[in-house]
Amino acid sequence: MSKKGREYLINRRDNQYEVVIGLEVHAQVLSESKLFSTSATKFGAEPNTQVSLVDAAFPGMLPVINEFCVKQAIKTGIGLNAKINKRSVFDRKNYFYADLPQGYQISQFKNPIVGEGKVIIDLPDGHKEVGIERLHLEQDAGKSIHDLDPQNTFVDLNRSGVALMEIVSKPDLRSPDEVSIYIKKLRSIMRYLGTCDGNMQEGSLRADVNVSVRVKGTKEFGTRCEIKNVNSIKFMQMAIEYEANRQVDLIEEGKTIDQETRLFDTKKNETRSMRSKEDAHDYRYFPDPDLLPLEVSDEFVNKLKSEIPELPDDKKKRFINEFKLSAYEATILVSDIEIAKYFEEVVAKMGKNKDMKLAVNWITGELFAVLNSKNLEITQSPVSAKNLAILVNLIKNGTISGKIAKTVFELMLKNDDDPQKIVEEKGLKQQSDPKALEELIEKIINNNREKAIEYKQGKEKLFGFFVGQAMKASGGKANPQLINEILKKKL
Amino acid sequence: MSEITKQSLTELVESIKNKKLSSSEVTNAFIERSEKSKVLNAFITEDFTSALDKAKKFDQKPNLDLKLPGIPMAVKDLFCTKNVKTTAGSKILNNFVPTYESTVTENIWSEGAILLGKLNCDEFAMGSSNETSFFGNVQNPIDKNLVPGGSSGGSASAVAGQLTPITIGTDTGGSIRQPASFTGTVGLKPTYGSCSRYGIVAFASSLDQAGPMAQNVKDCALLQEVISSFDAKDSTSIDFKRSHYSKDLTNNIKGKKIGIPKEYRVDGMPKEIEDLWQKGIEYVRDCGAEIINISLPHTSYALPTYYIVAPAEASSNLARYDGVKYGYRANGENLIDMYEKTRSEGFGAEVQRRIMIGTYVLSSGYYDAYYLKAQKVRRLIKNDFDEAYKKVDAILTPSTPSSAFKIGEKTNDPVSMYLNDIFTVPVNLAGLPGISIPAGHDAKGYPLGLQIIGKAFDEQNILNIAFAMEEKINFKNKITDWWIK
Repeated sequence: MSKKGREYLINRRDNQYEVVIGLEVHAQVLSESKLFSTSATKFGAEPNTQVSLVDAAFPGMLPVINEFCVKQAIKTGIGLNAKINKRSVFDRKNYFYADLPQGYQISQFKNPIVGEGKVIIDLPDGHKEVGIERLHLEQDAGKSIHDLDPQNTFVDLNRSGVALMEIVSKPDLRSPDEVSIYIKKLRSIMRYLGTCDGNMQEGSLRADVNVSVRVKGTKEFGTRCEIKNVNSIKFMQMAIEYEANRQVDLIEEGKTIDQETRLFDTKKNETRSMRSKEDAHDYRYFPDPDLLPLEVSDEFVNKLKSEIPELPDDKKKRFINEFKLSAYEATILVSDIEIAKYFEEVVAKMGKNKDMKLAVNWITGELFAVLNSKNLEITQSPVSAKNLAILVNLIKNGTISGKIAKTVFELMLKNDDDPQKIVEEKGLKQQSDPKALEELIEKIINNNREKAIEYKQGKEKLFGFFVGQAMKASGGKANPQLINEILKKKL
Repeated sequence: MSEITKQSLTELVESIKNKKLSSSEVTNAFIERSEKSKVLNAFITEDFTSALDKAKKFDQKPNLDLKLPGIPMAVKDLFCTKNVKTTAGSKILNNFVPTYESTVTENIWSEGAILLGKLNCDEFAMGSSNETSFFGNVQNPIDKNLVPGGSSGGSASAVAGQLTPITIGTDTGGSIRQPASFTGTVGLKPTYGSCSRYGIVAFASSLDQAGPMAQNVKDCALLQEVISSFDAKDSTSIDFKRSHYSKDLTNNIKGKKIGIPKEYRVDGMPKEIEDLWQKGIEYVRDCGAEIINISLPHTSYALPTYYIVAPAEASSNLARYDGVKYGYRANGENLIDMYEKTRSEGFGAEVQRRIMIGTYVLSSGYYDAYYLKAQKVRRLIKNDFDEAYKKVDAILTPSTPSSAFKIGEKTNDPVSMYLNDIFTVPVNLAGLPGISIPAGHDAKGYPLGLQIIGKAFDEQNILNIAFAMEEKINFKNKITDWWIK
């Protein structure tokens, strides 16, 4: 295996294989109620407490579309730079399973609500466009629980009928890393839009991964396998690595790849066959006669367009232009809407005379380190944006040194105290009175006569010694710049 | 007492409003007659005790402003009724008691009516003779061992036999109009979207429509007025301005243009049907209407189209009866085995036949040739009507190609059974309103019906035409009470 630049290739004998990946991402629509019923969608509720007669498919019950979910899907489509289809149709996908009460899933098969679009992903050496094939709305199924009883399966219908957006990418991804970046970007866009919380632990975001391989340079795609329902980025990457290598091995052995659906076994780190193409279900799709085709007007779509917030790509551009950030810094700060919000609040609170570079460094440096070590989200930050802005300003205007600032920051972590107050109470204000510093330095030189002479004779290293002594004598509060100036003069 | 049950709905409402009769007296009269009429097998579930309680309560504090003040009535067992068993005529729902009420029945109870019980019907409304019911066939009050038609056979039998003053049925391909025709009663299939489907056990969602069944047109109009409403719980419900069907009812149809479609003159149609139709044409002409010959060229494709669309939707609608959540469950080795046993034991032969047809026409490789093609033909059939309605206000046809047949006569010949719906099915495919009124008798003395088909949402017009014709026809149903010893 070699990674030349961003290329991810699998080498066997003289052949170099390229991996082709397409994703079908299932993103749970962020909404209070389900796609076709008024039951709640809260995660983690007691089993079967969020189930209406419609969700449990009682006789005579009918689906009624939740307009909010439609809006969420359209907003997501706009965020993916995609075509919004003014007419879409809900179909029935028929199959029997214990956790599918209707005996069919309502999904958009032929006419999805969102058509082709694209997502830009940032790679270490540039960026890449990933095509979106479509986005459609569908119902989630319930959950079968097989491990509560040796004889029986239990069914929890809380999830039954929850709205999902299936976002189908084109086969444009070429490596596990690209997949990771793509998923994160998709997640970021949806979190900006407020259309999906992107919480993979809770199953709000999961994907079917289509993998095929081909000798680098060939145009035709290889036969693909679909790895079903992978629920973490790490597992997706592991599954792709395994699957791509499995396929390459088969080709190298002169065997053919069967188009099939596979499952990723996270414990054994391997994919295994679930069903072959021949065994594929015949879902007998047909338009759901209980629902009319979904029609949206230009006006409806335009209104939603006007509600779209600034999305990561635009925000990044603005950060670079307006705040003179590097592309790298901007990418980090826009990667998550909450981080971007925090940063922008810091910027706002810093006022007119602000040091953007310093603010970025404090957020991505000290603050991120604390969040990481404590495993906190930025929304749970122990230091508020307002107080971090004050701290940065204190450094900028010379009230405290960068070094003292770290001490102050430590003290802020406990109760999110105002750094100004901490500086005053602890007497940490930087000493910048030249007269007082001159006196202090004269004292030090007098006490270290010999070393001063050595310095004059050329032992320049000793300059640091004097600086250290001066800082020590001032309790670390002396303005380092002034000390340098005075020392140079006096020595 | 029996005099009470002979009264029409309109008369009963009048009597209760004038305090000539109490709700208890009326309710009691229908219960007593029903008790003597078990032979008809019209009821699947009787709710008599509760009905008498409700009648008593009504009489204590009668609200006479309601449209159906204290009127007892039984309904087809396809409507979900809160706390009263609802079976759809199937073993698979034999133990099913809904915790909710259908919108249509809710509308009825809120106008003061009282539930007498649930009426027999073909299993999941699939049938034209009421013989597919798990609860046994229903006798036609017209004659012994005669089918009442279907699928609303129990409903038709109960109205004709005066076990209920009025009732509601459902009509997917003729299930109100055909049994009305077979029993000498009036049945209206409203425009698709006029009556909510919420809480009605689904057969074929794009065709199902609830409607009133009564002894006369006026009663029918009154009940339609009560049951038709816009309902946000049904996405296919339509919010149009509904008439006061009974108040606005008139026999003045002068100048109305009535279309006679030549394609309904089918091969092998009995002469008495042809004669009846001709008589109907005379009647409307007598009423001052104008007769115009029209063509509905795709009529002959309606039946095959229907027998693709309806089973396709049914195969999916009935997937929910799987033994997992409610209803009948057979024990199985595993999930699949449980499904197979539950559904083969729970569904009857006709339902299984239609599920298989539906599954077949939707399966990959056949979908385009059957289902998609059928949808296209359905569009053509609707276009036929749209075209015709540029020239006429309504269309007059026979309701059925024959009078009621004997129990068992067509059980083993599904195609001949399906042919019964030949005149009614196009109306469902086009989503139009259609009413069947009794118009005469055949040689055996069995009733025959005529059908008036209207423009969408034009129930008032076809009710008016039916009302005017009813006056001219002056039909008398020959009920001998043969079943009462």
